[in-house]
Amino acid sequence: MSPEIRSWREPHRLVLLAIGIGIIVFAAINMRWDWLPRYSGRLVEGVGTTLWLLFLTSALGFLLAVPLGLAQAAGPFWLSGPARMFCTVIRGTPLLLQLWLLYYGLGSLFAYWPEIRQSWAWPYLRSAWPYGVLALTLSFAGYEGEVMRGAFAGVPKGELEAGRAYGMSPLTVFRRIWLPRAIHRALPTLAGETVLQLKATPLVATITVVDVYAIISRVRQDTYLTYEPLLLLALIYMILTGILVLAFRWLEAKVPVKGG
Amino acid sequence: MKNKIITAFAALGMTLAAHAASAETVRVGVAAEPYPPFTEPDAAGNWTGWEIDFMNAVCTEAKLDCVVTPVAWDGIIPALTSNKIDAIVGSMSITEERMKTIDFSDKYYNTPSVIATAKGSGITPDAAGLKDKIIGVQVSTIHQDYVTTHFGDVAAEVKEYQTQDEANQDLAAGRVDAIMADSLALDAFVKSDACCEIVGAVEDDPAILGAGVGVGLRKGDDALREKFNTAIATIRENGTYDEFSKKYFDFDIYGK
Amino acid sequence: MLEWIAGLASWELLALEPPGWGGVLLGGLAISLQVAVGGYLLGFLIGVGGATGKLYGGPILRDLLDVYTTLVRAVPELVLILLLYYAGTDALNQLMLLIGAERVDISGLAAGIFVIGVVQGAYQTEVLRGAFKAVPHGQIEAARAYGMSSLQVLRRITLPGMLPHAVPGLANLWLIATKDTALLAVVGVAELTLVTRQAGGTTKSYFLFFCAAGLLYLLVTLISNVGIRRVERYARRGMPAVRS
Repeated sequence: MSPEIRSWREPHRLVLLAIGIGIIVFAAINMRWDWLPRYSGRLVEGVGTTLWLLFLTSALGFLLAVPLGLAQAAGPFWLSGPARMFCTVIRGTPLLLQLWLLYYGLGSLFAYWPEIRQSWAWPYLRSAWPYGVLALTLSFAGYEGEVMRGAFAGVPKGELEAGRAYGMSPLTVFRRIWLPRAIHRALPTLAGETVLQLKATPLVATITVVDVYAIISRVRQDTYLTYEPLLLLALIYMILTGILVLAFRWLEAKVPVKGG
Repeated sequence: MKNKIITAFAALGMTLAAHAASAETVRVGVAAEPYPPFTEPDAAGNWTGWEIDFMNAVCTEAKLDCVVTPVAWDGIIPALTSNKIDAIVGSMSITEERMKTIDFSDKYYNTPSVIATAKGSGITPDAAGLKDKIIGVQVSTIHQDYVTTHFGDVAAEVKEYQTQDEANQDLAAGRVDAIMADSLALDAFVKSDACCEIVGAVEDDPAILGAGVGVGLRKGDDALREKFNTAIATIRENGTYDEFSKKYFDFDIYGK
Repeated sequence: MLEWIAGLASWELLALEPPGWGGVLLGGLAISLQVAVGGYLLGFLIGVGGATGKLYGGPILRDLLDVYTTLVRAVPELVLILLLYYAGTDALNQLMLLIGAERVDISGLAAGIFVIGVVQGAYQTEVLRGAFKAVPHGQIEAARAYGMSSLQVLRRITLPGMLPHAVPGLANLWLIATKDTALLAVVGVAELTLVTRQAGGTTKSYFLFFCAAGLLYLLVTLISNVGIRRVERYARRGMPAVRS
């Protein structure tokens, strides 16, 4: 971020580092961690669920964001209107509320409509994870759709006209120039959006999806400890965020950025 | 802008000050969720129900200034130990496990735990009947403990809900096959919703199901515990307990 | 199913006077807004302090602020809220006992403001720091060369210069603050989302109440957007028009 190169070997850094390690050692010795081995297996599974949710919903959400952005940037009013409204509603209401509306709101419908329990879709409607996936996907699409709108609108007109001049059909122009250029422009926002998405995943625990947050809640309830499980959870998310940030930095270095 | 910030902080300061330095006030934590007939918010924003009546009676008797403080159920014990509240009146059963962390007053009611299912499900309240079924329970309850211990191996899945109300809702929606909870809470539920019925009590397991419901208190808060115990005994004797209970139940929920 | 659809239109449940729950919802909205405004302003103070510290502070202060902003931005708000909600109260009380004062009782509202403020503070620190860095250094030097005092430079050059860069970020953070208040439902603060669930649970009309609450949140966002556009126009006066 800052151009100056800061070194870990500056004296005050070493002192801060020592204090930091001291705090961690203090916490490790003086706090209760005896529950950790009992839950370690489930914690790993929980992290797995969190990551699975993160990647699936980010990917699906991005796929949905492309048409949403295109509709808003270039669609006729009957496409751009609904697309804009969708993005406004998703971005204007809390995800927690959307999640509860989907899960408990639709649940109250099933109570009045017992025939649905014979349908092929019932095993999915009955589980909690499809609602979590749906809500997280729509949320990602809503935020990234707005980004894609700007990305589509920002591709220089001249490039598209050049494509037409080469005799490309509108579809080919879209496929070869407009879409790749727009996605390329949107890529830098993707890292930030994915981190935000990771931080949104624990909300699904409130509708009985068992992610890493739910496992930690379980620990809190079993042991009545206030801080230790939450501190561990914060550490887990910090590590996941760190890995994500590094992975995206590596990815961005791989994708050549030409013409800015 | 500056003035606004100052005003905001003055307001924040006042909120802090208004709650400080009130020695006789007891903040009574209730779970911030509808749990009829014990605690329930009404459309005017007040908390009502048997347990609220009980709390008022006890606090009047013990001359305590009790303030209802809604807290999330899954954080109610941390709220007590971290001094956010002083007592829990939340249908919390007295169990060995909880006694390691908090103290309890004497019990103030004791009712059996039962299983509810959709009408005509044919499910029986035992391991054979619940084989390969999805069971819903509220987190950190004796029922969760019981279901995991006794049915955890046979059930298809044990779903854990933050509130009892959500578990009830999912039984009505058909997302779970059975729920286990306190008989009176489920009684109120099946009366309000035609979907479901109580299929019977589970076999008793005193180690898990405990010895009735008591007021949860911080460890070492003996003076307050004594006050609650004396008050509970008094309202049992002088008929106050029966009087407000009559509004809700046609039998004595104190148990033996 | 018809019964359920009919239930969607039980408008009488939304009446402002009991037995309608409209009053309770609006009360929840008032709490949400108080937490959002309080948390946002607290976050702004932290942000101003944090940005100043990051720009002018010594190396230790700068590193500590880096740790603060990195931690807060890497951990889910929900987890931070749980941690700060319990730990914040506890720590404050320990401190009060330490200095011999009486234990204070922190209301859910005050705790909520504190939690949202700490989270907002980290993001606002970054926004304000970025905005400050966007003011060309030459302008500040020119002002100094004219003999302006530091305060004059701040009032006449730096603040007006950073405003157009800070407003979009700060506006976005305000919208996030209003929505983050919903997370306080998880710790039992009676804000809009929690009272909505209570209303839904008691009346079984989940869909109706969640939609009503969604509309209220949306209204807050839309009204905020109108205000934001005005502030942006003011902040950008005299600057070239923006391409959208």
